[in-house]
Amino acid sequence: MADVTSLVSEVIAARMRSVDRSVRLSDTLDSLGLESLDVLEIAFDLEQRFGVEIPFNANTKLEFDTVGDLVQAIERLIAEKAEKAGAR
Amino acid sequence: MTGLGVVSPVGSSLSAYWAALVAGRSGFGPPTFTETGKNKTKIVAEVTDFVASDHFDARALSWLDRVSQFAVVAARQAFAQSGLSSGGETGERTAVIVGTAAGGQGTAEESLRRFYTEDVPRIPPMTIPKTMISAAPSQVSMTLGLKGPTFAVSSACASSTHAIGQAFQMIRSGAVTCALAGGTDACITAGVTRGWEAMRILATDTCRPFSRERTGMVIGEGAAIVVLEALDHAQARGAEILAEIAGFGMGADAGDLTSPQADGMARAMRMALADGALAPDAIDYINAHGTGTTINDKLETAAVHAVFGDGARELALSSTKSMIGHALGAAGALELTATFMAIRDGIVPPTMNYLGPDPACDLDYTPNAARRRPIRAALSNSFAFGGLNAVLAVRQFAG
Repeated sequence: MADVTSLVSEVIAARMRSVDRSVRLSDTLDSLGLESLDVLEIAFDLEQRFGVEIPFNANTKLEFDTVGDLVQAIERLIAEKAEKAGAR
Repeated sequence: MTGLGVVSPVGSSLSAYWAALVAGRSGFGPPTFTETGKNKTKIVAEVTDFVASDHFDARALSWLDRVSQFAVVAARQAFAQSGLSSGGETGERTAVIVGTAAGGQGTAEESLRRFYTEDVPRIPPMTIPKTMISAAPSQVSMTLGLKGPTFAVSSACASSTHAIGQAFQMIRSGAVTCALAGGTDACITAGVTRGWEAMRILATDTCRPFSRERTGMVIGEGAAIVVLEALDHAQARGAEILAEIAGFGMGADAGDLTSPQADGMARAMRMALADGALAPDAIDYINAHGTGTTINDKLETAAVHAVFGDGARELALSSTKSMIGHALGAAGALELTATFMAIRDGIVPPTMNYLGPDPACDLDYTPNAARRRPIRAALSNSFAFGGLNAVLAVRQFAG
């Protein structure tokens, strides 16, 4: 699933301002200087690109602190979607 | 008045804008929207030299509709010219009041069109904060770091005249020391244009206000922001004072939703004169609302006769909408800017595309060529749908 990692990194990098280096899986979204509006936009972009729906509510603590968490969540969502499609 | 900023169909700087108006150059052209061929309109006044990425990075653009982009760019120009800074007490005592008729209509249409008509379940997350009517003043405040009273004013085609009038009154009352005020609109979409077509008031050829054979208005877009400040504040910091707002008049017809009424227009003009302690014969120029519709131009002429009596024939009038179109919520601020420049340079901008007199429009509309004339004081008229009338009186700063 290397392509998920690289696409997620690319989408995040496009929103970063304060950190001038490549994205690592261990980076927290906070440490990359991403604000709440950025996270909304990133989620929107990732949903578009992967055709999944990322469930989160801005009022609750994010389930993904790090870039790696986000990659894992998307991989899981893609797998669930494939499973559903296969079951039909 | 210590700063002016402009984004317009004839240029996106104050100098380009004013040079075009003096030269009688229009910003009209065919619409650039690409939808469907359902529209009949052949002529609109779009801002064609504006490249958003020249002014904003990709991140900022994701939460700036075109309407806010225009406002922020005009505000930056005006603020830079004024030489004000946003720090400390000045920033907290500077209001940001921006008029708009349609707000982020372009974003709303695009997001919702896809949601309703295509199999697209998601709406971009910035749709709501980009389309809210108050987005433009919010973005101006954030961009420039201004922390005074900040809000939008909406009264259709009088929005920015009301916004500037509101700022003027707040400064005069002492509520604030400075204000960035003006208007913005950017809603030349296929859908909105179709809406105007349905009202059957758009020009079929071009906009020729007060002329015989006029066929209606040309819709436009753009923004203008002015910096106003209390006289003692401007003088204390040695700012260049470009002109001063003398008075403001506003009222409503309480009549028809779309048809104007001459007595309501006249009342707003009289109130602006009285508010500025100006006698009618102190006025040399009126930047008319002059939409190019049969009814507006006829009734506005009648209202000028009613207010100025025999003196009406001594006045120079013109409608700069004959060059920039009708920029709706930005119209009043763009026209006030033209009025300021007319006073500063002693040049009356023309009413272009004028073919000859209509018997119902018998004043001097400065047809087809700018004219030199010293202007001591002037009015800028805005008469909106809803019968919402607003007039600003401006005069030369005596020093």
